Amino acid sequence: MADAIRLTYEISPDDFTRAGEASSDVKSKLKRLGVPPEAIRKVSIAMYEGEINMVIHADGGEITVEITPEKIVMILADKGPGIPDIDQAMQAGWSTAPDEVRSLGFGAGMGLPNMKKYTDEMKIDTVIGVGTTITMVVNI
Amino acid sequence: MDKFYHSVRLDPELCKGCINCIKRCPTQAIRVRNGKAQINSKFCIDCGECIRICPHHAKKATYDKLDTIKQYEYTVALPAPSLYSQFNNLEDVNIVLNGLKLMGFDDVFEVSAAAEIVSEATRTYIKQHQGDLPLISTACPSVVRLIRVRFPNLIEHLLPINPPIEVAACLAAEKAMKETGLPREKIGIIFISPCPSKVTYVQAPLGTEKSQVDRVLAIKDVYPQLLTYMKAVGAEAEEVSTSGKIGISWGSSGGEASGLFTESYLAADGIENVIRVLEDLEDQKFTNLEFVELNACNGGCIGGVLTVENPYVAEVKLKRLRKYMPVARRHLDSGAEEYVPWTTEIQFEPVFRLGDNVMESFFRLEQVERLCKRLPGLDCGSCGAPTCKALAEDIVRGEASERDCIYYLRENLHKLSQEVSVLAGDMADGTRGGREVLPVLQDYIKRIAEEMEFLDDKVKDPENK
Repeated sequence: MADAIRLTYEISPDDFTRAGEASSDVKSKLKRLGVPPEAIRKVSIAMYEGEINMVIHADGGEITVEITPEKIVMILADKGPGIPDIDQAMQAGWSTAPDEVRSLGFGAGMGLPNMKKYTDEMKIDTVIGVGTTITMVVNI
Repeated sequence: MDKFYHSVRLDPELCKGCINCIKRCPTQAIRVRNGKAQINSKFCIDCGECIRICPHHAKKATYDKLDTIKQYEYTVALPAPSLYSQFNNLEDVNIVLNGLKLMGFDDVFEVSAAAEIVSEATRTYIKQHQGDLPLISTACPSVVRLIRVRFPNLIEHLLPINPPIEVAACLAAEKAMKETGLPREKIGIIFISPCPSKVTYVQAPLGTEKSQVDRVLAIKDVYPQLLTYMKAVGAEAEEVSTSGKIGISWGSSGGEASGLFTESYLAADGIENVIRVLEDLEDQKFTNLEFVELNACNGGCIGGVLTVENPYVAEVKLKRLRKYMPVARRHLDSGAEEYVPWTTEIQFEPVFRLGDNVMESFFRLEQVERLCKRLPGLDCGSCGAPTCKALAEDIVRGEASERDCIYYLRENLHKLSQEVSVLAGDMADGTRGGREVLPVLQDYIKRIAEEMEFLDDKVKDPENK
């Protein structure tokens, strides 16, 4: 069996206009692979939401994507403030996004709920003041 | 008919092998191989961008010649709404329509009239399918083809309604048969088109088994002759037009959407913009949208590559022309209903996949990633592929080699000449020498000569080959 294809993306906090580039690159690669369309849709939505979150809440970070013929694993690691109450953050509509990004249509409080909805597994490791690592899996 | 039929072709005589088209093609369907452009028919969506950009006029659209109307006993012209936008100071559509009749057509049937039927059917469809929103317009054949090969998740959002050209053809054929009593094959239904994409639609339609359009003429071919006949019509033209504002508006971007009486629509034009919208639609970045109108050409159909007028000037003319028209004149009656819905489904065609199965694609993507790191990343196009990444994909598909990269070749030559000079140095100071070194030296010289030859082949004028 082939090794996993491993892709790494630095998510820059400085340029909001570049948010979403990593997930669109992953999407185009998955299309080249002939991954079923439904799995591509799930990965691109979940990863996009996660990527935007990293820019809005955590000053960027790093995303690692591992693709094997069986599944796609996305690891989103940031050194942000951490999530004080995961249950609350998982509620649809709950958001701590600042007003300036809400005006762009972000911060609707659907980020984490959508990430969970569109993935087969999701794990959140968070430490206040240290950072958050979210691992998401989409099975092919 | 071949499901990857396409109407944009290359004239190898005129092609100089430059990189203009490969750089401009939105689906990266063109490669320059052996000094000539080649179009990959699976990737091509017939948008016509290469026709627009080619400085040597080597890209051509295939369509019928004007004298094709002589092949039929009775002909009906189907003018696209964009045709009306091509004339200066035109105040009455009837002048165009009567001009077409003087030109030799027995009758005319406006595509804009059928467009009003399609608009009405779309309004009803949206009301009845609130769960499938947003619906994506299927009027531009290039857009439908693009979605078919690149956006599988959006296929279910395609509006399953025939485009105005098809509804017009069905109604025109029915009317002609009734009025003349002739069998269908003696009647020619002839569309006057702004773009090659419609030629493709007629030859290999999506959504219907067989198109009722028999021949396609280019607006730019019809235009000069028609102009003369329009003068002969004069100002007092007989009233033959059967369409209003809604139908005529389909000629430019946003026109189709404006006929739906909703504010929740998006209209994008120009193929690059269309692709960006489709990417975002696929990622569900829009909410509360009912309808998405997409046109491959800038400005909509008036920007088609077979038109003569600047699309922005054409838009002004279209707006002026429709100013005092009734909102609509053609309505969805029982006679038209049967021609409206799609009769065949659209299947996803995964042409951009790197291999035949996931495992093979997987291996190949790994190779592509590795190759991309080695290639210079300049996207210079000298290899014949539009980007280094496209070359890497061609290499893993077995359609190109690393030696097609001019920088790779240069590097190799440097390496070989360095090695040979070390060897020569060793021979000079006596550390190595004698006859046993000679074959090694000969081998080096042979390899350098081979690489040089390869480089020469790449830069040689293809016409002198």
